[in-house]
Amino acid sequence: MSYSWPILSTVTFLPLLGALLILLLRGGDQSAFRNARFIALWATLITFALSLILWRDFDPLTAQFQFVELRPWLGPISFHMGVDGISMPFVLLTTFLMPLCILASWIAITERVKEYMIAFLVLETLMLGVFTSLDLVLFYLFFEGGLIPMFLIIGVWGGARRVYASFKFFLYTLAGSLLMLLAIMAIYWEAGTTDIPVLLTYGFPAEMQTWLWFAFLASFAVKLPMWPVHTWLPDAHVEAPTAGSVILAAILLKMGGYGFLRFSIPMFPLASAEFAPLIFALSVVAIIYTSLVALAQEDVKKLIAYSSIAHMGFVTIGVFTLTMQGLQGGIFQMLSHGIVSAALFLCVGVIYDRMHTREIAAYGGLADRMPIYAFCFMVFTLANVGLPGTSGFVGEFLALTGAFRVNTWVAFLATTGMILSAAYALWLYRRIIFGKLEKASLRYIGDLTWREIAVMTPLVVLTILFGFYPAPILDVSATSVEALIKSFNASLAAAEQARLALVP
Amino acid sequence: MAQAANFAIALPEMILACGAMALLMLGVFTGKSRGELVLWLAVLLLAIAGFFVVTGSGTATTFSDSFIVDPFARLLKLLTLIGAAVALLMSTDYWREEGGLKFEYPVLVLFAASGMMMMISANDLIALYVGLELQSLSLYVVAAFKRDSARSAEAGLKYFVLGALSSGMLLYGASLVYGFTGSTSFAAIAAAVQPSGANLGLIFGLVFLMAGFAFKISAVPFHMWTPDVYEGAPTPVTAFFAAAPKLAAMALTVRVLVTAFPAVTVEWRQIVVFLAIASMALGAFAAIGQTNIKRLMAYSSIGHMGYALIGLAAGSPEGVAGVIIYLAIYLAMTLGTFACILAMRRGGRMTEDIDSLSGLSRTNPAMAFLLAMLLFSLAGIPPLAGFFAKFYVFLAAIHAGLYALAVIGVLLSVVGAYYYLRIVKIMYFDAPAERFEPMPATLATVLGISGVFVLFYFAYPAPLVEVAGFAAKSLF
Repeated sequence: MSYSWPILSTVTFLPLLGALLILLLRGGDQSAFRNARFIALWATLITFALSLILWRDFDPLTAQFQFVELRPWLGPISFHMGVDGISMPFVLLTTFLMPLCILASWIAITERVKEYMIAFLVLETLMLGVFTSLDLVLFYLFFEGGLIPMFLIIGVWGGARRVYASFKFFLYTLAGSLLMLLAIMAIYWEAGTTDIPVLLTYGFPAEMQTWLWFAFLASFAVKLPMWPVHTWLPDAHVEAPTAGSVILAAILLKMGGYGFLRFSIPMFPLASAEFAPLIFALSVVAIIYTSLVALAQEDVKKLIAYSSIAHMGFVTIGVFTLTMQGLQGGIFQMLSHGIVSAALFLCVGVIYDRMHTREIAAYGGLADRMPIYAFCFMVFTLANVGLPGTSGFVGEFLALTGAFRVNTWVAFLATTGMILSAAYALWLYRRIIFGKLEKASLRYIGDLTWREIAVMTPLVVLTILFGFYPAPILDVSATSVEALIKSFNASLAAAEQARLALVP
Repeated sequence: MAQAANFAIALPEMILACGAMALLMLGVFTGKSRGELVLWLAVLLLAIAGFFVVTGSGTATTFSDSFIVDPFARLLKLLTLIGAAVALLMSTDYWREEGGLKFEYPVLVLFAASGMMMMISANDLIALYVGLELQSLSLYVVAAFKRDSARSAEAGLKYFVLGALSSGMLLYGASLVYGFTGSTSFAAIAAAVQPSGANLGLIFGLVFLMAGFAFKISAVPFHMWTPDVYEGAPTPVTAFFAAAPKLAAMALTVRVLVTAFPAVTVEWRQIVVFLAIASMALGAFAAIGQTNIKRLMAYSSIGHMGYALIGLAAGSPEGVAGVIIYLAIYLAMTLGTFACILAMRRGGRMTEDIDSLSGLSRTNPAMAFLLAMLLFSLAGIPPLAGFFAKFYVFLAAIHAGLYALAVIGVLLSVVGAYYYLRIVKIMYFDAPAERFEPMPATLATVLGISGVFVLFYFAYPAPLVEVAGFAAKSLF
């Protein structure tokens, strides 16, 4: 499908346009704030609508990049954009969640609203750019640029320890990414280009692959995050404002997983195959360890943050099984987690806006006063546990199936983690929603408002819909994943041939 | 040697030197009150010199080969002139507030600028030394320009003593190099230096030469003067120090090492790598504890010179291009930052305390936003211009196989990011302090232009990269 106008750039840069509009708003009074909110909402909604058009015209039967745009930019580095079955779902996830984030911040943010909305819109552009760019340097620009707005979002609108959290987030992620930058430069000198479609078929020498693979791992492992470099995440999540946590959990973390799919596996297949056991080990540790840590949390957001790390463990296991089920499971798990964790953080935001505390002990018996809330929270808790019939089940099941084919022990240990996840999630639900409503402060707490219902409904619908009918996502990515596995196996076979040829 | 000296090639330098002397006389004969007029005329002179720099083309030498004008020299001269002119412009409001501008200031800046131009064009050890001293002597005086301020006098004196020491070392190195190669001309030195069995005495001379250069670009371990001079000198002078002389000294270093000593690249590369790592490390760690923003900028500039040296360490055309790109972008960032520092004025007095920026995002959102972008850019965060600066030097280092240097460099840049973030934190996360006085129009213009450059450089980055690549090629 080709357009007479660059639709992908439009989708990517439209939020930036909204940010510029807000920048032009005069005054710092309530009416300016209201205008800023509406501009942000409309910008994100139009972006979402455009991305739906993209989805409609997306051809799932080809593994080629679509809606490609190619313009000269910086000598050998060109402005190259496009999407395929792997990146398309993430684009949709981003554009889908952004309007909800804006709505969720509608009344929660009362100070510096203009700056807040600008930061979010800029962040959206940068996130979309990560998924749509087809040049490594361009990708890096978007990947790293997202740090600036996120740093400000955590630091300006965050909680009590926001300064510590924002610095930790920024410096941790920066350290990881810079090693990847050096790897990108090495790739440039080796292959003479940073064009991703070209690099996907470029055979790097085996030893170089190892180094590059580790450099990329440094970046993606921090971003994802994988144990033991996950410690920035609980801090950042806890201190960030609700919408910031949503974006962190739902999209920023997925950049790590996307990076593995887009770069590590197709470009460095030998290293990926060689070090997959390392990833399995780290992921299993992450799943079990962070699930146990989650059990001990007193802070709602922190608990969900640790549960995010555990769920990302399933993603890495699935992706590095390098089987059809595992890869698709990993992708699906990322999307499902994007919806579910976003929803969980929004649920926390709902009660935080009312009570201004995240202590689990401060709640209890909310089912009496907030039945609609209790229902939504239940759906998401069960999806987080991975109950069949919710989207969480499909991803974890596929990932574990893939793992089972590769390594039974990994599958076994990871499944233990699922049991633990049921323990902490259900226990959290019980402590907050069930029991007697005894605390005086909760006596007059109100149920969801219309605005909050509007935010929750699409999330509930998608969680259940994808639980029963995951085909839309699986279909979009199937061809690309198949192509990925085929090229992966081909390069492994070629390497084996070369090795055998050397044996006398 | 028979050919007559072609003065036309050195036209911009002539204009600056003669113009400076004319302005000196104008100042002397029209009385003390004409400082501002002299300043504007000085800026005009810099602009005219810049015009003649830009309109030249090709490579030419004159004065018996001791003076060379090539694309590299032209580009660096242009940047230096821009730095000097903008620093002069930014000083007008400062002097007005601080009780009048003495006409000697712009004149001295002009002399310094002509010294820098000669440094950039030097093609001979003697020309190099003369240019360097012309620049340095003017700078010593300028640093101590506020006579009645003890800090300023201390800065000038310290600069002079240490600077004289470094000039001595440089001269000693130059004499050794002359002794072992039999010539002071770069081309002749390059021809005389043999890669195999490089003479120990020559290397000894090279080390002393480089010690002198390291002092001028304030690379560790010859950086000690920088924080004190930056802090003590009047702020517009500091802005000038941060912008122009650094560029000229770096250009000089690059030209000497690349054109006179290509045969012993392996030897001098070790020294450059050491200087780079030491400067980046000290710049990153020492800046963390600073409370005075001028001192912080001093450490920041030490660190940035370390990054620029990475490009030189690569010793390749793309490395030199990286250095040029780095310097150009650094110039824009540093001028913008100093425009903000000059605007930190409260109750009729300058403040240099970093904490006085507290909550600036509330009291002056535009200034806070642009300064924050400049700081992120200084930290090298994409998509801002500072990222591209670092990108090209590291790209060259990777190509040259300097992996350890590159890894150390990027990790130190994470440390360096911390103190820039600290300022952003103070401006954005902390409670607002008292307002600053409104920003004067010149400073706002400089800040606006550099801010826009830093923010939108990514949209059209190719021209600078191409020009730098073209300029770098002329050295090889």
